[in-house]
Amino acid sequence: MLIRSSSNIPSSEITPKSTYDAYRRDRRSFLAGLGAMGAAAMLPAVAHADTPGLTRLKTVSSNYKLSETTTPESKAQSYNNYYEFGTDKGDPSRNAHTMHVRPWAVQVEGLVAKPQTIGIDTLINYRPLEDRTYRFRCVEAWSMVIPWNGYPLSEFIKAMNPLPSAKYIQFISLADKAQMPLLGESGINPPYSEGLRMDEAMNPLTLLTFGSYGETLANQQGAPIRVIVPWKYGFKSPKAIVKIRFVKDMPPTTWNDLDAQEYGFYSNVNPNYDNARWSQAHERRLDSASSLFAKTVPTLMFNGYQDQVQGMYAGMDLRKNY
Amino acid sequence: MPPRAIPYLKAAVHLFCINPVFYLVHLYRSGMLANQADPVNFLTHYTGDWALWILLADLAITPVRRLSPKLAWLIRFRRMVGEYAFFYATLHLLIYIFLFSGYDVPTAWAGLRAGHLMEPLHQLRLVWPTMLDDLKKRWFIQIGLLSWLILLALAVTSPQRVLRAMGGKNWQRLHRLVYVAGIAACLHYWLLVKAGVRAPLKDTVVLSVLLLARIAWSAWKKWGRPTPAVRVARAA
Repeated sequence: MLIRSSSNIPSSEITPKSTYDAYRRDRRSFLAGLGAMGAAAMLPAVAHADTPGLTRLKTVSSNYKLSETTTPESKAQSYNNYYEFGTDKGDPSRNAHTMHVRPWAVQVEGLVAKPQTIGIDTLINYRPLEDRTYRFRCVEAWSMVIPWNGYPLSEFIKAMNPLPSAKYIQFISLADKAQMPLLGESGINPPYSEGLRMDEAMNPLTLLTFGSYGETLANQQGAPIRVIVPWKYGFKSPKAIVKIRFVKDMPPTTWNDLDAQEYGFYSNVNPNYDNARWSQAHERRLDSASSLFAKTVPTLMFNGYQDQVQGMYAGMDLRKNY
Repeated sequence: MPPRAIPYLKAAVHLFCINPVFYLVHLYRSGMLANQADPVNFLTHYTGDWALWILLADLAITPVRRLSPKLAWLIRFRRMVGEYAFFYATLHLLIYIFLFSGYDVPTAWAGLRAGHLMEPLHQLRLVWPTMLDDLKKRWFIQIGLLSWLILLALAVTSPQRVLRAMGGKNWQRLHRLVYVAGIAACLHYWLLVKAGVRAPLKDTVVLSVLLLARIAWSAWKKWGRPTPAVRVARAA
């Protein structure tokens, strides 16, 4: 929910009537689906935003807390891997302002009861947004501790009513050269694609994420909607999702396509299985506001979420299915 | 170039080469360095970049000098620029050992201040297995180290005294390894960036041009017309 006074809305951001009407239709059909589940949409109230351009969200607390020090918001928003905005980790925070996160709709397709397009505000309001603090472990061996705001992806999946034949879920990110001038400049092929096995997607940890630090996501963090999968390396948590596809077979994923040896489909955080080029046994924890010396901490199996996720991989050789 | 200008020019080159260190000190003192999201990563790349850029500048001196006999004075800058490349490569290596490896600087420092003189060494022992593992398994570490070792050998043998002791031919043979160091440095860069990142491309293009210039020069000397310098030498 982005509320601005009429004077500072650029005309380019005003939704054309046809899009708005489509929104209304989607919203009705989506809500009709919810009605059957007996859930009530809660509207997050909008308060004063702390970070310019971001909106404070109304959130509810959750049991997903960590005793570890939280990474300062400024660091989480200035150090991002988002190749659509440049390959340097400082690039996205400099470049992502060219992206528009409204209007926004997510197209749901594939093996579902009813393919549909759902407006972002409908999605945000579907379930209460929880405060969940997760470890975020990048495959490059650094990590942060970030409070995210969202609700379990499973809630969304249930509402979409996938067919029994849907074994995987694929996420497609925005790829719009007009909004992302550097799109395609790096060696990765747009659009960014990620995927999860259905049980992974349904795991209570997997979060459909709209905010962090109690505010809407910054563009460079993957606004307006992303998925956070905390027991996997960061690239498995796709940003700026425009399409969610329910599929039968393991979907192609961007990094796996690029270098299958180095980036497996699963890419679960695993200190015992090194990346082709560097050790994954330790990570630089980026949590201090102003220290030159990052703490190096041991990386935990499944990023510390072993109890919640290891059952899904029982009997699987994690060295083969890296 | 009038000989009188050389010392001034040398001072300017010194200033240019040391400026990245001044800038780093400025970042540190203003707190901007610590406010970087990942200062260790920044320092590693910053020193690595400067080592490579200065090495490329050094490699450019000879081909540029050959463009005209009037540029012969450039040779007088080759050693100092090369030594700066070694200086930044060494900083880069030290940052790998004492920051990137996970070495606990605050604990080592606190130990030293409390009078435990062995604490820094003890901390080094803690991260040693990780570094050894890197050295055994990882191409980019091995190739980076190779590049540094070459630069070390060249820096040690760079004084005039050593040149005379070694004899010009041997010395030159050894110092041709600078090209291997350049290639290794670029390779080191390519091997560590993730697929899809093209950051090392510019450096690699520059290196390739410099290598090609050298090959073209050798071919010209061998099969082409004698250069004016050679003719002068023969006449004399």
